[in-house]
Amino acid sequence: MRYLPLTRQDRGEMLARIGVAAIDALFADIPPDQRLTRLPDLPLSKSEIEVERELGRLAAKNVPAGAVPFFVGGGAYKHHIPASVDHLIQRSEFLTSYTPYQPEIAQGTLHHLFEFQTQVAMLTGMEVANASMYDGSTATAEAVLMAHRVTRRKKAVLSGNLHPHYRETVETVSRLSEHVTAVLPRAPQGEGDILAAIDGETSCVVVQTPDYYGHLHDLRPIAERAHAVGALLIAVFTEAVSLGLVTSPGEMGADIVVGEGQSFGNALSFGGPYVGLFASRLKYVRQMPGRLAGETVDAEGKRGFVLTLSTREQHIRREKATSNICTNSGLCTLAFSIHLSLLGEAGLRRLARINHANAVKLAAMLGAIKGVEVLNRTFFNEFTLRLPKEAATVVDQLARRGVHGGVAASALEAEPQELRHLLIVAATEVNTDADRASYLKALQEVLA
Amino acid sequence: MNQQGRPTKPVEVLAPSPSTFTGNRALRIEEALIFEIGRPEVTGVDFDEPTDFAARDFDSSLGGLERKAPIGLPGLAEPEAVRHYVRLSRMNYSIDAGLFPLGSCTMKHNPRLNEKMARLPGFADIHPLQPQTEGAAELIYRLSQWLCELTGMPGVALSPKAGAHGELCGMMAIKAALAARGEKRSVVLVPESAHGTNPATAALLGFRVEEVPARADGTVDPVEVKKHLSPDVAAVMLTNPNTCGLFERDVVAIAAAVHAAGAYVYADGANFNAIVGKVRPGDLGVDAMHINLHKTFSTPHGGGGPGAGPVVLSAALAPFAPLPFVTCDKEGARLVSQDENLGERKPFGRMCAFYGQMGMFVRAFAYMLSHGADGMRQASEDAVLNANYIRAGLQDLMSLPFGDRPCMHEVLFDDHWLEGTGVSTLDFAKAMIDEGYHPMTMYFPLVVHGAMLIEPTESESKASLDLFIATLRDLALAAKRGDTARFSGAPYYAPRRRLDETRAARQPVLRWVKPEPVQEAAE
Repeated sequence: MRYLPLTRQDRGEMLARIGVAAIDALFADIPPDQRLTRLPDLPLSKSEIEVERELGRLAAKNVPAGAVPFFVGGGAYKHHIPASVDHLIQRSEFLTSYTPYQPEIAQGTLHHLFEFQTQVAMLTGMEVANASMYDGSTATAEAVLMAHRVTRRKKAVLSGNLHPHYRETVETVSRLSEHVTAVLPRAPQGEGDILAAIDGETSCVVVQTPDYYGHLHDLRPIAERAHAVGALLIAVFTEAVSLGLVTSPGEMGADIVVGEGQSFGNALSFGGPYVGLFASRLKYVRQMPGRLAGETVDAEGKRGFVLTLSTREQHIRREKATSNICTNSGLCTLAFSIHLSLLGEAGLRRLARINHANAVKLAAMLGAIKGVEVLNRTFFNEFTLRLPKEAATVVDQLARRGVHGGVAASALEAEPQELRHLLIVAATEVNTDADRASYLKALQEVLA
Repeated sequence: MNQQGRPTKPVEVLAPSPSTFTGNRALRIEEALIFEIGRPEVTGVDFDEPTDFAARDFDSSLGGLERKAPIGLPGLAEPEAVRHYVRLSRMNYSIDAGLFPLGSCTMKHNPRLNEKMARLPGFADIHPLQPQTEGAAELIYRLSQWLCELTGMPGVALSPKAGAHGELCGMMAIKAALAARGEKRSVVLVPESAHGTNPATAALLGFRVEEVPARADGTVDPVEVKKHLSPDVAAVMLTNPNTCGLFERDVVAIAAAVHAAGAYVYADGANFNAIVGKVRPGDLGVDAMHINLHKTFSTPHGGGGPGAGPVVLSAALAPFAPLPFVTCDKEGARLVSQDENLGERKPFGRMCAFYGQMGMFVRAFAYMLSHGADGMRQASEDAVLNANYIRAGLQDLMSLPFGDRPCMHEVLFDDHWLEGTGVSTLDFAKAMIDEGYHPMTMYFPLVVHGAMLIEPTESESKASLDLFIATLRDLALAAKRGDTARFSGAPYYAPRRRLDETRAARQPVLRWVKPEPVQEAAE
C-alpha cells in the first residue's frame, strides 16, 4: 500500500519492542463479540491508475460549467479564478498545516488570516470580521444566534427573499434551539414590507442584498427601524463580487454582515467547500462565533499574530461558548484572499462593472423575447425572468441544447405555484457575446 | 488540539546571532502585510472595461446604490502576490515537512492523487443547481455506501460541513426523534474527557450538560452513567476511542443502559481512524456518529479547514436525517433536496445550503478506493502500532496517567514526570519546535494534568519514529537534569519567539488600520 511506510519486518520488530505477540493484542479492549473477524465488504486497494480511471468515469458523467454557455447562480457563481490562486493554495505549508495552535510555527496562516479579516471588514464596510465560517448559509444562522445573545431576545424576522436554503438553515437551527423565526412572504417582484414586521420583540431582521431574485435593497430605512426598537440588522449576500460596485451593508447601517465568499478564488465544486464571511460592529466582537486572529509581538518585540479572544470558544468555554464551531474554512479563506489581493480595488471594481454590464445586456436580450418578462427594476449580476412555460422544463430543454440557463425558482422550493414560471439567471465575466447569442437562440427555440 | 486558553508570556531575550539590516535570516524572510505592499491602482488580473456601456446604465439598474467611497483594498501584481504568499507559506509547519503528532487531530499524509481528482473539471467545475450532474450524485451515493459499510450503520447525512457541524446534525436528529415520540428531554451526559465541541453542541440545542467523571483508568464507568440516567436524559455523547487514546471497553453495556432509559448514544467519531476495519460503531450500539473526513479519510486540514463531517445514523434516527439526502433506484443515484414525496422519511430540516463538502467527498472517496478494505484496516493497525511504539519508547522517562497499558492511535502522557524540573508542558512543547517537530496536543484532555497527547498516525516510518523518540528522550533527560534554558526561552529558532497572547487578548488588534498621517508641527 503506497501510503503506508511500515514493512512487515518493521511491524514485527515494533511489536516485539512493545512486548506483544500480535497486533490484535493492542485492540484487546474491543469487546470480543463485536470485533470484526472479516474485512469490510468492500473492494480491495487500488493503484493510482485504477483510481484515476474510476473517478474519471464518474467525473465524465457531469457537464462542467466551463464547457457550456453558463448562467446558473442562486448562491454559487462561476467566476474566472487566476491560475496563481490554485498554485499557491497547494503549497504544502498551507495545504497540509493545521489550525494555528502553535503560533511560532504558524505565522504564515495567522498573518494571512489577519489580512483576510481586514479584507472582509473593508468589503462589507464593517469594523471587524472573523477568520471565516463554513459557508454563507451557516454564517447566517450563526449571525441570528449572535443577535439573540446580543439583544437577549428570541425572534428573528427573515426577509422572504432570503435564499431558500439559507432560510431553511436558519429555521432549522432556530426551531431546534428553541428560538422563533418569522418569515415574510416571498416577493419575487421586489420589495416586500419588511418594516411593518419589525417589533419590540424582534432580535434581528435578516435581509439579503442582492436578494435571491437579484433585487438590490437600500438597507438604510430597515436599519433605522430596527435600531429604533433595539433590534439588529443582519445583511446577507451570496454574491461577494457585488460589493465591488454596490454600497456596502456597513455604510447602510447593518450591525452584522454575513455572506458567501465562494466567488473569490473558490471553485463551484458542487456546493462546497465554500467560505462563510462574518463581520460585525466592534462592540459585539465578544459575542462573535468563530476564530479571530489578532496582532501582537513576540519576545523580541517583533510583530506577530495569534488566535485571540478564544475565551468565546468551545475549547475553553465548553457549554458556555458562543458557538460550537471549531474548524473554519482555512484554505478557502486563503483562496479568497489571494484572488482579492490580485484584483485589488481597481481590479475588483472593473470585475464588478463587467458582471453588471453583462447582466444588463443579457436581461435586455432575453426580456425582448415575446412572453418573457424581466421582474427586476434593480439587480447586480442576477435577475429573475417570468417565462410563459414552467421554468424547470425550460432549464432541461436548454440543457439539451447545450446551454445552462439558470435556476428554476421551483427547484429550491416547490410552493407556492407562482414560482413555477420563474427562472433566476446569473451573468458573470466568463460569459461572452457568443454565449449570450447561444442562450437567446436556445430560449427562443424552447419557448417557440 | 487546543491550548489557546493558556496565554504565554515573552521571556528574557538571548541574542544568539548577529542581527541583519533587513531582519531577514537567509531563507527566512520577514514579510509585510498586503496593505503595506499593495496599491489601490495596481492589479494582478487584466480585464477590459465593459464596452457599449455608459455610466447612466449603472445608475438606473443599481437603484442609486452604486458604491461611492473607496474600499481601501490593496492590489498586487502577480509576481508580488506570488512572492507574498510564498514567503508566508515558509513560516508554517506542515505534515508534508515533518512529523505532526497533534493528538486527536490526525495529521496523516494527504495523498496528491486526491487533490488531482478533486480538481477534475467534472467535479470542481460543476454547480450545485445545474442540470447534468449524474456523476456527482453517484459519487455521493457510493461514498455513503462505503461509510455505512465501514460503520455498520444504515443511514448517513452527508451535508454537515465539519466535525462540530456533524455533532450538531446528530444531536438535532436525536432531538427530532424524541419529539416524534412526544418527548422533550433536557439533559445530555458528556464525559469530562470530551472535546469542547460536545458540550457546546448540546448547549446550543438547549440541553443542560451533565459531566460524567471518568474512572481511574481513564474510561467511562457504566455504573456512573447509570447513576446519571433518568427519563430526562436525551443522550450520552461518547468519544470512542476516547481522548485519552483508550477504547471505551464498556461501550456495549453503556449503550444498553442508555437505550433502556429511552435515550440515544451519540459517538464523537474524531478517533474513528483507530478502528476502521476492526470494529463497527453500529455493532456497539451507537445511534449517531460524525466522521471527520479530514481526519480518518485524509482530506487536507488546510491551516484550519475546510473539514467535512458526515453523520452515520442508526435505524432509529435515520428517518430524521436532514435534507438533502441521496437515494438510488434502477434509474441511478439521485439527490433529494425538497420536502416532497418523502415516504417514511421525516427530515428535521437543513444543515446548510446545497449538498455539503463535495470537494472533500471526492478526496475522501479517492482515499477509500486507494486503500480499499484491506488498506484501511492496515492503516488503523499501523496507526495504533506507531502510537504504542512511541509509548514503549518513552514510558520509562515520561509518565502515563493510566498506567502501563496499550493505547489506541494516540498515547497520552501527563506532566507528573516534570514535577520539580521547572519545565512545564508548554515549555516542553516549545522546545520540540526547536528540534523541528510540531508539538503534540497540550493540556487536552482536561482530565489529565499537563496533558501531552501524541498521535503519530500511520504515515510515519519506523526510522521517523525512532528519531522522534530519541529526540523526546533527549529533551526529557535535559529537563530532568535541570537544563531549563533549553525550555524556558524556546523556541529560539522558529520564525517567531514566544508570542504575547495576553497582550493580544487585552488590547485586541483584529484588523489592519491605515496609520494616521504624521501631523506637521505647528509653527
